[in-house]
Amino acid sequence: MSSSSSNPLQIMLSKRDWVLADGATGTNLFNMGLSSGDAPELWNKTAPEKIRALYKGSVDAGSDLFLTNSFGGNRSRLKLHAAENRAAELSRISAEIGREVADTSGRNVIVAGCVGPTGEIMEPMGPLSYSIAVEIFHEQAEGLKAGGADVAWVETISFGDEYRAAAEAFALANMPWVGTMSFDTAGRTMMGITAPEMVKLLAKIPNKPLAFGANCGVGASDLLRTVLGFSSTNTKLPIVAKGNAGIPKYHDGHIHYDGTPELMATYAVLARDCGATIVGGCCGTTPDHLRAMRTALEKYEPHERPSLETIKTALGEFSSESDGTDGNAPIRKRQNRRRRIT
Amino acid sequence: MSDQEDDIILSELNDEDLVAQMFDDLYDGLKDEIEEGVNLLLARDWTPYRVLTEALVGGMTIVGHDFRDGILFVPEVLLAANAMKGGMAILKPLLIATGAPRVGKMVIGTVKGDIHDIGKNLVGMMMEGAGFEVVDLGINNSVDAYLEAIEREGPDILGMSALLTTTMPYMKVVIDTLIEKGIRDDYTVLVGGAPLNEEFGKAIGADAYCRDAAVAVETAKEFMARKHNRMAANV
Repeated sequence: MSSSSSNPLQIMLSKRDWVLADGATGTNLFNMGLSSGDAPELWNKTAPEKIRALYKGSVDAGSDLFLTNSFGGNRSRLKLHAAENRAAELSRISAEIGREVADTSGRNVIVAGCVGPTGEIMEPMGPLSYSIAVEIFHEQAEGLKAGGADVAWVETISFGDEYRAAAEAFALANMPWVGTMSFDTAGRTMMGITAPEMVKLLAKIPNKPLAFGANCGVGASDLLRTVLGFSSTNTKLPIVAKGNAGIPKYHDGHIHYDGTPELMATYAVLARDCGATIVGGCCGTTPDHLRAMRTALEKYEPHERPSLETIKTALGEFSSESDGTDGNAPIRKRQNRRRRIT
Repeated sequence: MSDQEDDIILSELNDEDLVAQMFDDLYDGLKDEIEEGVNLLLARDWTPYRVLTEALVGGMTIVGHDFRDGILFVPEVLLAANAMKGGMAILKPLLIATGAPRVGKMVIGTVKGDIHDIGKNLVGMMMEGAGFEVVDLGINNSVDAYLEAIEREGPDILGMSALLTTTMPYMKVVIDTLIEKGIRDDYTVLVGGAPLNEEFGKAIGADAYCRDAAVAVETAKEFMARKHNRMAANV
């Protein structure tokens, strides 16, 4: 895996116009009986048949690529479950199970070793240093690699330095990688990064990802607005769109996502029109959604780049009027006094 | 550091300009300057309570509004809160010593099964920034943990946070228990977290859902004002 040109995902991207990724991990595991608050990664060891079923659910529904059950499998997150010493082990097993499912699927399926955020706030706002963040990600990446992951796949990142730290860790582990951020705050990440700013961030990273993009966030509409923000920069890197199946709703003590398989099929087609190559779901996306998305993508014919109005009509309202890229974002007019130099 | 910055000598500003400058310095997260400003105002015989409410809380209100409006984001808010903390460290013992009035007290925690705390911490910081006393119960709180804390602390407000769709229903368990014990109306219950919405807040019987930390502060202030009015009416 020393050269990314020989990487299975790289090859797939060179041969195909689109790649169907998977759906949710967490919300699907909850449907299998995971208790809230428990670390899903512990199931890699204690209930591997459930993890196998999770992966198989995506693969059987037509996913070309799935993420391993290791989102919270880093030292920092596992510490909350007193399992901080098991980051490499649990990540390795998540990939081993994935390898087995992919290799017995009878077709070409990519195992993406999932890496989530540390959950800590980085310096100077918080306590986590850049070098420790690299160490945390590196430890997990080595586990995923040992388990046979084809690529490392970091997601739900909101801070630029954390994304860079993950990239550096993947370079240390000599792994090709994909990395997405979560744009959940007025069209930006929690830390204020806009879609074009993420593209600028990529320019500062020496080991470029095979693809980059957005995952989770608010609803499917917001996610596609972000994808438009990426593609408007004319970036050459393939774009990932992994949006939630609608918005969570509360009914009789239970939560469900209001996005139907039909909605997600519409979303998948629009995602292609917005410029995404790798399309998948996030929270609330089940195998039923994926099947509908696969069918829609197979029938896909290109349309013109959709307007925000088109997206809104098809998928629902945006969570904010501006995403910070249209010059209409609110600003504060300040008196011309001292300003912090940044 | 630019020449322009060096031009400003806080001690040479009159009270009004100094407070305006402190608003800007809070906005920019300049902790040393805030500490200096607080000490200057105290030296000019401002009461600790006046420094808190007019200079610090006033400045943090602007930060809160801009966070709510999508002008500032988490990093800037954290830096502002850190600067605020610097000022508060000076004021806290003085406020206690002078018997300054209490803005309000909040007990806050993430619900059972949920280990996420960035949003909750942000609310805690912004509430402190608004002059509230905050007791943070941390993550993964059971009904008993909440009950014990409110009995011990006697807060005005109970804040609950959840980041998971699977843990947010637990908020209802806590509220139902408060109702059962007949103490629900003794507290203002505010809830928040990424997957929540107003509809959910109503469905579980919370007083309000707060979309973000800034809204939490505004909502808390509103409920405190109502409480004071009610108390005044009852006297």
